[in-house]
Order: sequence, then structure tokens, then C-alpha cells
Amino acid sequence: MTQYKHKSDTKMVPVPSMAIVPERDIDKAPVLEARHLGIEFGGLKAVDDFNLTIGKTEIAGLIGPNGAGKTTVFNLLTKVYQPTTGTVLLNGKDTAGMNTVQANKLGIARTFQNIRLFSNMTVEENVRIGLHNQVKYGMFSGILRLPAYWSQEKKQHEQALDLLSIFDMQHMADVKAGSLPYGAQRRLEIVRALATHPSLLLLDEPAAGMNPHETEELMENIIKIRDKFQIAVMLIEHDMNLVMGICEGICVLNYGRVIAKGTADEIQQNPVVIEAYLGKQKEG
Amino acid sequence: MRKCEVTGKMKMSKKLRSNLITYGIVIAAFLLCQLALSGSIEGFKMSRSLKGQLVPICVYIVMAVSLNLTVGISGELSLGHAGFMSVGAFSGIVMSSWLVSAFQMENETLRLILAMLTGGAFAGLAGVLIGIPVLRLRGDYLAIVTLAFGEIIRNVLNCLYFSLDGANLYIGFNNPNLPGKVIVNGPMGATGVSKIATFGMGFALILFTLFVVLNLINSRSGRAIMAIRDNRIAAESMGINVTKYKMMAFVTSAVLAGMAGALYGLNFSTVTASKFRFDTSILVLVFVVLGGIGNIRGSVIAATVLTILPEVLRAFSDYRMLVYAIVLIVVMLATNSPLLFNLMEKCRTAAARFTRGHAKAQGKEGDAA
Ligand SMILES: Nc1ncnc2c1ncn2[C@@H]1O[C@H](COP(=O)(O)OP(=O)(O)OP(=O)(O)O)[C@@H](O)[C@H]1O
Ligand SMILES: [Mg+2]
Repeated sequence: MTQYKHKSDTKMVPVPSMAIVPERDIDKAPVLEARHLGIEFGGLKAVDDFNLTIGKTEIAGLIGPNGAGKTTVFNLLTKVYQPTTGTVLLNGKDTAGMNTVQANKLGIARTFQNIRLFSNMTVEENVRIGLHNQVKYGMFSGILRLPAYWSQEKKQHEQALDLLSIFDMQHMADVKAGSLPYGAQRRLEIVRALATHPSLLLLDEPAAGMNPHETEELMENIIKIRDKFQIAVMLIEHDMNLVMGICEGICVLNYGRVIAKGTADEIQQNPVVIEAYLGKQKEG
Repeated sequence: MRKCEVTGKMKMSKKLRSNLITYGIVIAAFLLCQLALSGSIEGFKMSRSLKGQLVPICVYIVMAVSLNLTVGISGELSLGHAGFMSVGAFSGIVMSSWLVSAFQMENETLRLILAMLTGGAFAGLAGVLIGIPVLRLRGDYLAIVTLAFGEIIRNVLNCLYFSLDGANLYIGFNNPNLPGKVIVNGPMGATGVSKIATFGMGFALILFTLFVVLNLINSRSGRAIMAIRDNRIAAESMGINVTKYKMMAFVTSAVLAGMAGALYGLNFSTVTASKFRFDTSILVLVFVVLGGIGNIRGSVIAATVLTILPEVLRAFSDYRMLVYAIVLIVVMLATNSPLLFNLMEKCRTAAARFTRGHAKAQGKEGDAA
């Protein structure tokens, strides 16, 4: 794991809100603050009293056994669900009452556990959808093919290829998204999310279905993305190599509750975490 | 990097080519009809009944293409498209009569254009009013509610009375006692309409519709509309305003249907609201489904063929509609059959190899390099 030096480079320090953020973020407002976040589904508390702070350029991990409520946390952060308790602050702004579109415009973008690409569209068109709010021309310029249409379309095309080049996918621009191999679909989802210019990128099991080689590459690329765009990344992942390798702060969820928070080393030694995972393994 | 630019251009030209083929088919068909109408070639003439069908064919093409925008591109099953057509028809007729009565406007082309714009505007307004409640619904519910709105529009039109006295327009709801010359008479419909619709204008309206719909599809807004259709949650999380773009597709579709309605209304001397019943909506939907959902060129062809077909089937007299139904079923089976699809695909590749074999081989070499 020597190539992922970032982990040891970054010193994690506590801030007044009791969260642990990378030292370099210490005087900046955190990109995300979740406060007492909770949601119930017909009596079942899928997420309960979830508190988390993520620094501006932190790579954070959210782990936990199956059904722990990880994806539900993402759905709460992106406002797919409205929380029954608590709220989320994005770049210091309260997102209470916002919808998914507004949350995205405020700077949060995500990928999905069960891939949600526009599978009948080409790779480039998928990225262009991500660039939707970056490109400004209206319906009439589009229909009448006014100069704004041509200049903005050209810009969009260039930006799309530029973003695809992160994963070396430019040559696939005209391929139907649905016909891509699984790993490439996951990478395309990341590119599409990045196209919305987020300040926080949420990745839901980005390495699922990837082979070890692809996962290695993905780890490098996540760090590359963070460094290039200076954004925070939060990822859900079952691949512990990936999580322990690149996450500067890790949050462990079990039955909807946070059972541990800390750096990779702290988490690995935490008896509560070990119990949660071993207990799970015994069942399986 | 250079290679990407090349592929980007190739894709654009592929879409452009497909669109140009669609325009080309329409223009070629129009020219052929003009040739047949002029009768300059011996034996190449148009029957009287077919002549009478020319404007309705144009109207149904526009109806089918505009409905395809809602059903195919936006992915909402709308069963009330004839409602927008009727709003367009009646507002267009009233506008045309008013222009004569108020300004003694004799220029029929100008009157027709203004009537069509009026029809489009009022249908668009109806589209906004109906879209606000309807587009909150999804799937089957939306279909049922659009059906209901289509029927409501028809019933409201059945109660409307319009009359003209010079430049004054009088409107009565369930009240036939209006001053001046009555132009729309409740359930009796519009009578004494001056038939100013022309085949040329129908052709122009088709081109206009294709221009609007095809350009919309290949733009930022169109991509947003299709993204919402393909995956609503993903589109929302990309920051796409779902209501706005659904509304855009729905209202554009209504405006085009209204313009087609105005053309249709001004093609007959009498028009009643019962011409725009539920079965008209279904008929247009049949054109869309048979032409291929989301396939604009398919809608044009299906609307043309299926409007002419009953005329051609006159030879079967009483069994006409039976044969029509059988043809529909066969076409439906054929277009959905994977066997036929594969066969056509094979033919296409074979043809492509045959005609462009040399050029293509060269292109491939260039690509690999
Ligand atoms: N919309 C919903 N309605 C009812 N229950 C739900 C809903 N969404 C999630 N749940 C429940 O909440 C719990 C947490 O689900 P979630 O998908 O967040 O788990 P997860 O941690 O992402 O698991 P996995 O690792 O399998 O992806 C589960 O028990 C699930 O059944
Ligand atoms: Mg999950």
C-alpha cells in the first residue's frame, strides 16, 4: 500500500464539532455537516442520530454490514429522502426543505449502488447531462440554432471529453452507455457526477464488480480527482483494502447507528467494529 | 485527442443524416403529390378522394409527431391529444372569422397563418393549465387523467357559443342568444367556415413541426427531457428540473397539436367538437406506436400510410375496417418481431457493404491507425 502515501501524509485533527477532519482543512468551513440525521420507514429506524463532518478536501469512508443504512444516508444527504429528524449543512448552508435538484446545485453529486446510467444514450451524452447546469442556453436558442447553441454545444463537447479523459474513456465517447462493461459503467457514473461541478462527491460502492486491477486504478483515480478538483469525496465500500487505503476518516454504521469514527488504524483496532463485522460473518 | 474530435463529428453527421433523410422524404412526397395534382404526366393522377385526404394527412402527421414528443421522447402516455387539436381548431376558426369580420382581411394565406398561430397559442395555454396537475402524476394515472381532460375539453366546447358583430366578438357559455352572426353554435359546432386550409400550408406546418421537434431533441433541453424519461432519480441528482422539462415537452406538443387543429378546422365547412373524440386521440397514438415510439420519421410514415389505407381499402367495402384492423395487427407483429428485425439489420449491413464497401474499408483502416 506504499503508493497511497496520502493517508499517512494527512494528519487528522478534531474540530470543535467533535468531528475529525484533515489538518489542511482546519480553518475552512467543512463541506458537509450532518446533524442528528434520522429517518424512519414505517417504524424501522433505518438511520438514527447520524452526525458527521467532512472537510473540504477529505476522502471519507462510510462502512458497515449489509443493510446498515449506508445507502439511506446518501439518500438523505442528496435529499432523495427527507429526514424525519436532523438536518444537513452543505458548505455551511442548511438544506432543510430542499429537493435533490437544489442539493445538487448546492454542490453535492453522487453515483448509485445499482448503476443508474442513461443506458440508451452514448457515453458523451451521459456526461453532457451532467454538464446540464454548466452550459447555459435555452430552449429557443436550441430550436432556432442561435449562435449560443453552437458555441455552448462545442464547449460542452470539449468539457465532456476532458472529463472522460480522467478515466481515459475519450475513445468510448460514442458508445452506448448500456453496452459498456460493468467497471466502465461505474467509472462513467463518477465522470457524470463530476460534471455537475460538486464540492462533495458521494460514491456508493464504486468498486463493486471491479477486478483487483481495476480497483487499484480506481483508488489512484479517486485521489487524483480529489487533488485535481480540490473536492471532498465520501464513499461507501465493502472492499476494505480500498477503504483503509485511501480514506482519511472512516465512519462505521451498524443498524442505522454510528458505532465508530476515526482513522483507518483506529477503526481496525476498534473492538466494537470487529464485533459488528465478525458477528456478521458468523451469520453468513 | 484528434481522434476523438473525428468521432465526435462523425456522430453529429450521423444524427444530421438521419434528420435530413426525414426532411427529404417529406419534401419528395410533397413534390410527387404536386406532380400528380398538376396532371402533367399521363396516367399519374390523384383520385378525388385522395385529394380530399391531403390536408388531413398533413394534420395527422403533425399530430403524430407532436404526440411522439410527449409519449416517445418525454415518456408520458397521453390519451388526450385530440383535446388540444380541438382547442386549436375552434380558436383558429374564430380567429379566421374575426379577421374577416373586423378587418375584411381577404388574404387567405395570412389569415390561415394567424389562425394557426392562435390555435397553437390557445392549445399551449390549455397545455400549461392541464400540465400543472397532470404532470405530477405518473404512468397509468397520467394516462387516465389526460384522457379525462380530453373529454372535459370536448364537453366544454360543446357548450361554447361564439358570434361576431363587426369587430365585436361575443362569447356565451350555454347561452345561444348572442347578437350578430353566430360562428360557433354549441353542440352544432362551427358552421359556414371558410375553407382556407391548403395542402401547401399543411406541408409547411409539417416542416415547421419537424424543425421544432428534431432540433429540440438534439439540444440541451431535449437531452434533459430524455434523461428524465430514462432515469428520473439520476436526472434529478444531476440537477435537472423534472417539472420544467416535462412541462416543456408537454406544452410544445400541445402547441403543435393546436396548430394542426386550426389547419384541420379550416379544411371543412362544418366542424363539431365530436370530431375530436377519444378515438381520435387513440388513432394518433396508434400512428405513434406503429411508427415506433420515439421514432419521428416512423410517425410521419405511419400517419401517412394509415390515413390513406382506409381509402385504398374501399374495394373491400363492408369489410374495410376489418381489413384495416388486420393490417394494424400484422404491422404491429412484424415491427416487433426480432426475426424481422434481424433480417432487416442483415439486409442493411449487406446493402451498406455492397454500396459503400470500398469507402468503408478505407475508413476502417484510417480508424485503426
Ligand atoms: N425506501 C425504503 N423503504 C423501506 N425501507 C427501506 C427503504 N430504504 C431502505 N430501507 C431499509 O433501510 C435499511 C438500510 O438500507 P440501506 O440500503 O441503506 O443499506 P446499506 O447499508 O446500503 O446496505 P448494502 O450494503 O446492502 O447496500 C434496510 O433494512 C432497508 O430495508
Ligand atoms: Mg447500499
